[in-house]
Amino acid sequence: MPVRGLITTIFIALLSLILAPAAPAQLLINGAGATFPYPVYAKWFDEYHKRDRQIQFNYQSIGSGGGIRQLQAGTVDFGATDSPMTDEQIAKAGGAVLHFPTVLGAVVPVYNVAGVRQELNFTAEALAGIFLGKITRWNDPELAKANPGAALPSAGIVVVHRSDGSGTTFVWTDYLSKVSPEWKAKAGANTSVSWPVGLGAKGNEGVAGLVKQTPNSIGYVELVYALQNKIPYGRVRNAAGVFVRPELKSVTAAGSSAEMPADFRVSITNAPGKDAYPISSFTWLLVPTKFQDARKKKAITEFLRWMLSEGQKLAEPLGYAPLPKGVVALELKAIAKIQ
Amino acid sequence: MSRAFHLYRKGVNVVMFSLAGLCAFTTVSVLFYILGFLVWKGAGAINWDFFTQLPKPVGEAGGGMANAIVGSFKLVVLATAIGVPVGFVTGVYLAEFGGRRYPALIRYIADLLNGVPSIVIGIFAYALVVVPMRRFSTLAGGLALSLMIIPVTIRTTEQFLRAVPDSLREAALALGASKWRMVATVVIPASLHAVLTGTLLGVARVAGETAPLLFTSFNNRFWSTGWDQPTASLPVMIFTYAIAPYEDWHRQAWAAGLVLLMAMLALNVTAHRILSMKMARRSGR
Amino acid sequence: MQTLRLWLRNRNPADVMAHAVTLLFASTVLLVTALLVYELYVSSAASRQEFGWTFLLSRDWDPVQDKFGALPFIYGTVVTSVLALLMAAPVGVGAAIFLAELAPPKISDTLTFVVELLAAVPSVIYGLLAIFTLVPWLRETVQPFLQERFGYLPVFQGPMYGVGILAASMILAIMILPFIVSISREALLAVPAEQREAALAVGATRWEAAWQVVTPYAGLGIAGSVFLALARALGETMAVTMVIGNAPKISASLFESGYSIAAVIANEFTEATGDMHLSALVQLGLVLFGLTIVMNAIARLMLAATSRKGSPQ
Repeated sequence: MPVRGLITTIFIALLSLILAPAAPAQLLINGAGATFPYPVYAKWFDEYHKRDRQIQFNYQSIGSGGGIRQLQAGTVDFGATDSPMTDEQIAKAGGAVLHFPTVLGAVVPVYNVAGVRQELNFTAEALAGIFLGKITRWNDPELAKANPGAALPSAGIVVVHRSDGSGTTFVWTDYLSKVSPEWKAKAGANTSVSWPVGLGAKGNEGVAGLVKQTPNSIGYVELVYALQNKIPYGRVRNAAGVFVRPELKSVTAAGSSAEMPADFRVSITNAPGKDAYPISSFTWLLVPTKFQDARKKKAITEFLRWMLSEGQKLAEPLGYAPLPKGVVALELKAIAKIQ
Repeated sequence: MSRAFHLYRKGVNVVMFSLAGLCAFTTVSVLFYILGFLVWKGAGAINWDFFTQLPKPVGEAGGGMANAIVGSFKLVVLATAIGVPVGFVTGVYLAEFGGRRYPALIRYIADLLNGVPSIVIGIFAYALVVVPMRRFSTLAGGLALSLMIIPVTIRTTEQFLRAVPDSLREAALALGASKWRMVATVVIPASLHAVLTGTLLGVARVAGETAPLLFTSFNNRFWSTGWDQPTASLPVMIFTYAIAPYEDWHRQAWAAGLVLLMAMLALNVTAHRILSMKMARRSGR
Repeated sequence: MQTLRLWLRNRNPADVMAHAVTLLFASTVLLVTALLVYELYVSSAASRQEFGWTFLLSRDWDPVQDKFGALPFIYGTVVTSVLALLMAAPVGVGAAIFLAELAPPKISDTLTFVVELLAAVPSVIYGLLAIFTLVPWLRETVQPFLQERFGYLPVFQGPMYGVGILAASMILAIMILPFIVSISREALLAVPAEQREAALAVGATRWEAAWQVVTPYAGLGIAGSVFLALARALGETMAVTMVIGNAPKISASLFESGYSIAAVIANEFTEATGDMHLSALVQLGLVLFGLTIVMNAIARLMLAATSRKGSPQ
C-alpha cells in the first residue's frame, strides 16, 4: 500500500535525523535572560552564526530574572539582564560574573486608547499615579493638562505589567521610585514587585501583545517592541521638565550623562540634561570570568569583540542606541578578565 | 391517568430527549470548531518552509519549525523508550505475578502518578536531571514525559492481560509450560495489540504536553544534536508564539497547532482502529 | 540457605526470576513516585519552615520582601475549577444520558468516539484558541451583556478585559467536558438492564426511565466523573495561564484577573532568583499535588462504590 510505504519512509527519515551523531565541530552555547534586547540579540546571534557556522548561540528570552537565576544554577553559559546583579546575586553565582553593556534602550509607555492615535505626554506624576492605581480614568486632570489637544475618553485605564522577573520592570520601577516617594514606599524597584493594580503578561512580547489586544490599556515595553508592532507610545517629562520622545538621540543623551564605574553597573534613569529620555537603560550580558571549556571561552570572547565593533552597527536600525565610545574602550579592556 | 397528563409526559420526553441531544451535539461540535478554526487559520501557513526551515530572528518574516518538529519527535521517542517497557513489565507483574497487597499498592501509586499535575512533574524533572547535569536537555524533557506515559501503559497492559481468557492460560499450563513461559509465549502475544494501543495512547497524551517541558527541554533556536542539549518542541513553540505580539509568529503558531492536532488525532484514531480490528477478529473466530 | 533451598524446591527458578524482574520494575514505579514526593518535600523545606500553615491563608506574594502566601492562587485554582464544573457538568451529564440511554447504538458509538478525540486535544491548543476567539468574544459581547443585565451582582462588576477568571473557567469547562461525558456514560451503561426494563415495563417514557431510574442508580459513578474532572481542572496549566490575567488577586468579580497555582509555577519557576521564592513555588506545587490527590481519592471511592453496586446480588 503506497500510504504505508510513505509513512515508513517518513518514519525512517525522522529516525535517522534524531539518531545521526552530532557534527563534532559544532559548538552550542546556551544563554538566557532579558527580553528587552531580544530583537537585537536574535539578530546578532543569527549574523554571527552566518559568519562562523561552527558556533551557535542559543539565546532564550525568559526575562532578566530568569537569566540571573539560570546563570546562578549553571544551566546556561551566559546570562543577560537589564537589571544589574546585586552583590548577593553575584556571590550566589559562584563569585565572579562580569557585566558587559551591549546597547542602550528605552522603556516606553505604550497605550491603546480608542480614538487617540497621537503621541501622548506623560508626566512623572501621571505614570506613578496610573501604576499606583490612583489615576483610574484616561480623562483624569493629570493626563488632560499635559495633553490639551487630545480627546481622552472617560474610560477606565487597564494597566498591564510583567508577570515574570524582568529587567524592563526594574528599569521602569527604578524610574518610578526616583520620581515618586509613594511608589518607592509601596512597591520599590526590582525585577519583580508587588503591583498595586494591573494584568500580568509574560515578557516584553506578552505585554505588547496584551496592550495591543486590550482597549484602553497602558503598559511599558522596550522601544523596539512598540515600533515593530506599531503600538502608539508617548513622551515622558524628564528631570529638566521637558517632554522628551524616546528615540536614539534622547537615549544616547541619557547614556552619555552617566559616570561609568569599573564594573559597568550603573542606572541612568531620570538622567539630567534637557535632551535625555528619563527611562533609558543599558542592558548587559552576564559572563562568568572562569570557563571550563576553552572553546566556549574563545567563542564568547570573540563574540564580545565582534559585538563591540560590528554588532554596534546593527543596533540602530532596530531602535537601540549604540554604546558610547568610552564605554566600548573600557569593555575591550575588561574582556581580558575572562579566563 | 388523564389523557392530558399522558400527553404532557410524552411532551417532556421529546423535549428532554432533544435537550440531551443538544448537549451531546454541542460537545461534539467543539471538536469540529477547533479543527475548523485551526484549518482556517493554519492551513495557509503550512508550506514546505514550515517543515524544513529554522525559526528566523524576530521581526523577520518567514522561517519555520523544522527543529521543533524533530525535537518533539525525539522527546516522544525517548519518553516511549523509557516509559513503555517500565509500564509494560509492571502491568505484567500486576496481572500475572503479584499477590494481593503489594500489587494493590502499586496500582494505587500508579494512579497517584497519573494524577500528578504535569507542572509538578516538570519541577521534579528539573530538580532530578537539570540541576545535577547543569543544563537543560532533551534527556530531562524525555524523562519528564516518560513519567506520564508509565501510568497509562500500566493500566492498559494490565487491563488487556486480564482480558485474556483463563482457558488459554490453563491450556498452556496443562501442556507442561512453566509460569513464565506461559506468560511470555501465550498470554503476552495474545494481548500484543494492548501494548500497541497503550503505547499509542501514552504517546498521544505526552506529545502535546507543554508544562513539563518549560523547564526541562527549554527551547532552542537551532537544531538540537544529541540528547544533552535544550531542544525546541512544537507545544513550547506554540505557547511562545501565541503570547507574543508578532503577526507572523501567530500565523506560525496556528500552523504548528494544526500539525500537532492532526498528529494527536491520527494517533488516537489508529489506536481505536487497532482495538476494534482485534475485537472484530476475535469475535469472528 | 536451608530455607532458601526448601523454598526453591517447589518452584521453577526461571519463574522466580521472572517474578523478581517484574517485581523490580513495579518497584521502580513505587520508588520514582516516592522520590517525587520526597523531592517536593525537601525543596519546599525553607518555605515550609518560614511560613508553616499560614502559607495557606496569607495573601501576600512579594518576591522583593520574600513574603509568600498561597491564598490568591488557591482561590484562583479552586474558583476557576468549580465554576468550570458548574458549567460543564450539566452539559456533560446531559450528553452522557443521551449517548447511553436515548441514542441509537451506532450514533452513540460514533459520537462517543468523537468525544474521546476531544480529550486528546492538547492544552496549549485550547489556550491558543482561547486567546484569539474566546477572549475577544467575552470582552466585546458576553461581558458587556452580563454587566448590562446583571451588573448589580458583584460578580459581574468591574472593568472588562476579556482575560480573567471567567475566561479561564470557560476554557476549563470545555476541556473537562469530554471526561465527564465519557465516564458518566460508562457509569450509565453499567446500570443493570433490569432496572431500565423494569421502569419501562411499568409505563415510564424513555426519558423518565433514564432520568428517574437509571441516572440515580449511576449517581455515584457520575459524581465520580465529576470529581475526576475537577482533579483534571485543578492541574491544568497552559490554557489557564494564557487567559487568566496572571495577577495574584482575590476579588468578587468574575471579570477580574486572577492566578492559579499551576500558572504561577509555570511563569515564575525559571526565574525565581531568591531561594525562598523557589521554595515557596515548590510548596505551592505540593499544595496542588495534595489537592489533586484528595480529589482523585474521592473520585475513586465513588467509582469503586458504583462497580460494587452494579455486580450481581
